[in-house]
Amino acid sequence: MLAASCCDRRMCVCPGPRRIAIPVRSSRLPLLSDAMPAPAHLFPLIRNCEISRICSTVCYCHHKHLCCLSSHFAHGHFRYAPQKKFAALYRPKENFNHFIHARDYASTPQRFYLTPPQVNSILKANEYSFKVPEFDGKNVSSVLGFDSNQLPANAPIEDRRSAATCLQTRGMLLGVFDGHAGCACAQAVSERLFYYIAVSLLPHETLLEIENAVESGRALLPILQWHKHPNDYFSKEASKLYFNSLRTYWQELIDLNSGETTDVKEALINAFKRLDNDISLEAQVGDPNSFLNYLVLRVAFSGATACVAHVDGVDLHIANTGDSRAMLGVQEEDGSWSAVNLSYDHNAQNEHEVERVKMEHPKSEEKSLVKQDRLLGLLMPFRAFGDVKFKWSIELQKRVVESGPDQLNDNEYTKFIPPNYHTPPYLTAEPEVIHHKLRPQDKFLVLATDGLWETMHRQDVARIVGEYLTGVHHQQPIAVGGYKVTLGQMHGLLTERRARISSVFEDQNAATHLIRHAVGNNEFGTVDHERLSKMLSLPEELARMYRDDITIIVVQFNSHVIGACQNEAL
Amino acid sequence: MFLRLLSDVRWRAANPKWRSPTCCRRSTSSTAEPHPVSLPARAQVVICGGGIMGTSVAYHLSKMGWKDIVLLEQGRLAAGTTRFCAGIVSTARHVSIELKMADYSNKLYQQLEQETGVNTGYTKTGSISLAQTQDRLISLKRIASSLNVMGIPCEIITPKQVAQLHPLINIHDLVGAMYVPEDALVSSANVSLALATAASRNGVQIHERTSVSHVSVQKGRVTGVETDRGQIQCQYFVNCAGQWAYELGHSGEEPVNIPLHACEHFYLLTHPLKEPLASNLPTIVDPDGRIYIRNWQGGILSGGFEKNPKPLFTEGRNQLEIQNLQEDWDHFEPLLSALLRRMPDLEALQIMQLVNCPESFTPDMRCIMGESPTVRGYFVLAGMNSAGISYGGGAGKYLAEWMVNGYPSENVWPLDLKRFGTLQSSRTFLRHRVMEVMPLMCDLKVPRWDFQTGRQLRTSPLYDRLDAQGARWMEKHGFERVKYFVPPGKDLLDLDQSKTFYKPDWFDIVGSEVKCCKEAVCVIDMSSFTKFEISSTGDQALETLQYLFSNDLDVPVGHVVHTGMLNEKGGYENDCSIARLSKRSFFMISPTDQQVHCWAWLKNRLPDDSNLTMEDVTWKYTALNLIGPRAVDVLSELSYAPMTPEHFPSLFCKEMSVGYANGIRVMSITHTGEPGFMLYIPIEYALHVYNEVMNMGQKYGIRNAGYYALRSLRIEKFFAFWGQDLDAFTTPMECGREFQVKLEKGMQFVGQEALLEQKQNGVYKRFTMFILEDHDTDTDLWPWWGEPIFRNGRYVGKTTSSAYSYSLERHVCLGFVHHFDEKTGEELVVTTDFINQGEYEIDIAGQRFQAKAKLYPFSSLFTHRRRKDEVELSGYQRE
Repeated sequence: MLAASCCDRRMCVCPGPRRIAIPVRSSRLPLLSDAMPAPAHLFPLIRNCEISRICSTVCYCHHKHLCCLSSHFAHGHFRYAPQKKFAALYRPKENFNHFIHARDYASTPQRFYLTPPQVNSILKANEYSFKVPEFDGKNVSSVLGFDSNQLPANAPIEDRRSAATCLQTRGMLLGVFDGHAGCACAQAVSERLFYYIAVSLLPHETLLEIENAVESGRALLPILQWHKHPNDYFSKEASKLYFNSLRTYWQELIDLNSGETTDVKEALINAFKRLDNDISLEAQVGDPNSFLNYLVLRVAFSGATACVAHVDGVDLHIANTGDSRAMLGVQEEDGSWSAVNLSYDHNAQNEHEVERVKMEHPKSEEKSLVKQDRLLGLLMPFRAFGDVKFKWSIELQKRVVESGPDQLNDNEYTKFIPPNYHTPPYLTAEPEVIHHKLRPQDKFLVLATDGLWETMHRQDVARIVGEYLTGVHHQQPIAVGGYKVTLGQMHGLLTERRARISSVFEDQNAATHLIRHAVGNNEFGTVDHERLSKMLSLPEELARMYRDDITIIVVQFNSHVIGACQNEAL
Repeated sequence: MFLRLLSDVRWRAANPKWRSPTCCRRSTSSTAEPHPVSLPARAQVVICGGGIMGTSVAYHLSKMGWKDIVLLEQGRLAAGTTRFCAGIVSTARHVSIELKMADYSNKLYQQLEQETGVNTGYTKTGSISLAQTQDRLISLKRIASSLNVMGIPCEIITPKQVAQLHPLINIHDLVGAMYVPEDALVSSANVSLALATAASRNGVQIHERTSVSHVSVQKGRVTGVETDRGQIQCQYFVNCAGQWAYELGHSGEEPVNIPLHACEHFYLLTHPLKEPLASNLPTIVDPDGRIYIRNWQGGILSGGFEKNPKPLFTEGRNQLEIQNLQEDWDHFEPLLSALLRRMPDLEALQIMQLVNCPESFTPDMRCIMGESPTVRGYFVLAGMNSAGISYGGGAGKYLAEWMVNGYPSENVWPLDLKRFGTLQSSRTFLRHRVMEVMPLMCDLKVPRWDFQTGRQLRTSPLYDRLDAQGARWMEKHGFERVKYFVPPGKDLLDLDQSKTFYKPDWFDIVGSEVKCCKEAVCVIDMSSFTKFEISSTGDQALETLQYLFSNDLDVPVGHVVHTGMLNEKGGYENDCSIARLSKRSFFMISPTDQQVHCWAWLKNRLPDDSNLTMEDVTWKYTALNLIGPRAVDVLSELSYAPMTPEHFPSLFCKEMSVGYANGIRVMSITHTGEPGFMLYIPIEYALHVYNEVMNMGQKYGIRNAGYYALRSLRIEKFFAFWGQDLDAFTTPMECGREFQVKLEKGMQFVGQEALLEQKQNGVYKRFTMFILEDHDTDTDLWPWWGEPIFRNGRYVGKTTSSAYSYSLERHVCLGFVHHFDEKTGEELVVTTDFINQGEYEIDIAGQRFQAKAKLYPFSSLFTHRRRKDEVELSGYQRE
């Protein structure tokens, strides 16, 4: 299989030259329409994957967050090289058969479309729903429940998601994590971050209680109740290591006992920073166990953004690091939906962020800091977990890589030092925290990785989720009245309306519904099955060129509880 | 107003007699205005409803000589559903009586303009029914066979011919079509107005803006109606209130159940095409696309019967719902898609309007006519299932005949109000059922189709036991009956896939049940049969029954008599078995759907004598039919009583104990011609007796069986069933049951004269059994019923039922043979020789199969013949 022949995917990344200079929207459509109807047209694209592998020693990788040195070159060869230079190198037939065997659902070469049930099974494979249980018939939580789902584009997917209820304090934690240069960091953050947050929020007495329990070997108070999809795994091997780091953290918290009540915002910031620090330290210290040693290094050398929501009553805190996004869906008095951003993207489009980075480094570096909208010309998010290549000094990096295991040493990516690397750290995991008091009109919260936001406008997201959740499709009945309408026009209008409704009924999960729209929307904003089917039947090697991993959590609020809380406060 | 578009207003000028001119203008008439003509104080007939049905009844009644008729309309004439009717007169109907009504209507409307001077817009366009599938084509071919023998021109045509007949049709997905050139288009409102005009010329008084609040009833008879303008005394009341008929029926103190429910119905009107469509362009019916398309003022009118109908007025007339009757384009979308698929060139055609007009539907897709079983003189004609204009003329005629003569000129039992009971009057039931019925208008009509909604209403106490053993159910008169039992481990097709005109998937299952009936013993739960007990203090019961039934009921106590309940013409109103329980009491068993009809018939004829009582005990007894040669053994072991023919002869009835249960009425009849017993068990013993029978029967190889097995058995034995083979127009003489008539029983009985006459002059039709000769059960279409019978190449009648005989390994059809004069078409006497000397063919969907005619069953099949049977059969064969 083609994918298997690629370089180590967990560390290095897929060579898809996505998001390089080609504007996503405009490039996707023509490519798709050219490529998909006739599978034969795929060959240039498939070959490109191979070509990229061959070229990967020259241009390290074309991953989303990390750009190769010369994006122009990559772009150029992607567009033209296969057809002109390399076309003769590959015999299409072999390649084609290869491809067919690889995709078991592409049963016949003639038909490339997935049937609606196949599409649904792909879309629904990772969906998860959680309803907050009601107590005494009265729902005391401001959260009704949440729906989450993810659709991979990378293989394996580099996005992660987490959701948990705090058991020793009040509130619920939800987060999406977008990994880059592999999924190791995102995985580690998704497992560990909520513990750090929970611990940061714990009062002094509880921390003492927990420490005493550990000390005396008693059963530990449960801190978190996780809400996990079966596919969301925790690494067993590292649990001891992770636990020790966490324990060190709470021991320090006990020692530092300030006596003040914990501020959520502060706790979130501390937890983020502490976890990133621990990831960095673990990599520097290493582990006698070679597997673990390699693991902590992979975690540290890969990166992840995080967007975490903490909901407690009417208090909603969003801690964001990187370019995932949190959005609040608000229902206006007239029933329409609007979107309120609850996070700022940490990337080159954010002026404040660019300014911050520039402030932190000498004037001399101003020009090299942000190039082609990337940090040091390489990294898209300006804040992230892991990514020690942007945090450690050159000496430290070299020392760790050289003393590290061979796999690490052989990897071109880890050895490569970013250009113009003078005053590390260039990157931080410190989140920006936004506090929002929930109002009855705030109906839901969407946390999603940039895979969603780059295909859909938040306003559309608010409308689609809002209409889905209320189950009302504010469709005015059509009346012909005195207008001149032809049968054909009416038919077109009706089919479109029907498509909109039917896609709602197919999904039991708001996140799935959103993904369906994100992937399948046509220019009218309705789900086009053909398009959806094409997008989902893309082979792994190609999927990354047309879309990014998408991870979505939709949290639904209980307006009654929020209203009641508000009244109490008044 | 849109309604102007469909209805022409000229009729008013033509007939100003019963309308004040001031009423003509809508602007003035909408205000409260004194009615110019006051209502009469009394009339012979009051008809409620001025739509096509009411006017048609008035028209026909007045034509038949009744003059004292008042027609009341709450709004304006032809303003309800009639106005919005699509105006298609189509004779392509499945049920033969409906076909006859439509044919008559067509002929009536054709000459109506000439007769009345009112422009009815009658245009002979013809209609084309399209088939997108082979099954649909078979269905059309079946209709075509019926139409042809009725003398209605009709042909099956190829898609290419369709294209020649209609320029706009996309024929790529068609496999064929049926062309009926005589079908027509009318302006339905104008037809109704023409009928009203003619009726008023004949003396019918028509009052608009008069609504009936309720009907007064005294001693079970109509005495008058209360209206918002006063009272009218009358002898007859006709409820033609369309979708409001149910409500009106329930408004009186004595409710009359008229089971119908309205659904929204949509059709589209367009502006004319650039090149306006010719007004004689055929109407297109595309049942697979669920639509019909007719030309309309140079454009088209197209509507259909969607899969997800919108029922309304469940809670009765409701102003809110009336106001909400608006265009629902989203709902119409599938039909619009079907239309554009059928006629792609219409894309650029401009829409004029989407019309929403409620139509009323009935629980079995057939209209409702006839007299109420509870109130005499209360007649009903409603529930047209959106074919009102096609049926209007014929239905009005039959109802008028019914009122004037006491019975219509055709067998209308399939449409008779009395086929329903109170059990079909629940609004929930009706709402659910019509949602199934309306889509069925376009669905493929295959043999042995069962409704899926409104089920499990009446069940036997054994229902759960049988269901757990794999029973598959059908419904009759609300009662669940077993079709057959699916053995464990065997799966049948899904409901949708099991629809077939060919060999069904249960063929082998029923075959093994039949085999068991013939070789061992089977149990069939037959609790649905209608059961009455009639008893008296003196001899009144016997005397009355002797008068009402054709066979001699003065038999020794403990005997069972098969007898017809005949009408004056000697026709079967009911076919039943009566057991004489004692000198003065009788136990009467009738077909399931006789519960209302038979009760009403007897109630109306029993003398008003408090010493004579009749009770409906249907619900009190569970009936188990033990069929097969080993039934004797099972029963004698369970009762410790000898059950051999010597001790328990055929047609015998005895109360005895079975297992621990006492008071079980055991009768040596099986309704199939096979040996065995019927057990009438008080319901609390039902489970016990069933368990005992099944346990004891194990060693004799007992098993459960269903009605399909019963049906195969009775048809191969040439047993006629009432409602299927027998009807009010069939006499015992015509179906070889002279032995069940005792002309010389010493007293008069109903129908005696007619039978005497037939005995002397001979019969004009003869019930005959046909064995299909060159029919391949595996590959050929199966017969159903209604297939034309040909004798020496000439049409002589239709089949009434059919089944596969597992013993003969042939299909058997039962049907009536007529003798039409070759030149005049006049009906001649049918003799035994006439039957025996013909070469017969049965036409199944256009394909003719050779058939052997027999007037008596195969005696070789009677392996366990009883003495009495022999006597009866020999008499029967002598005839």
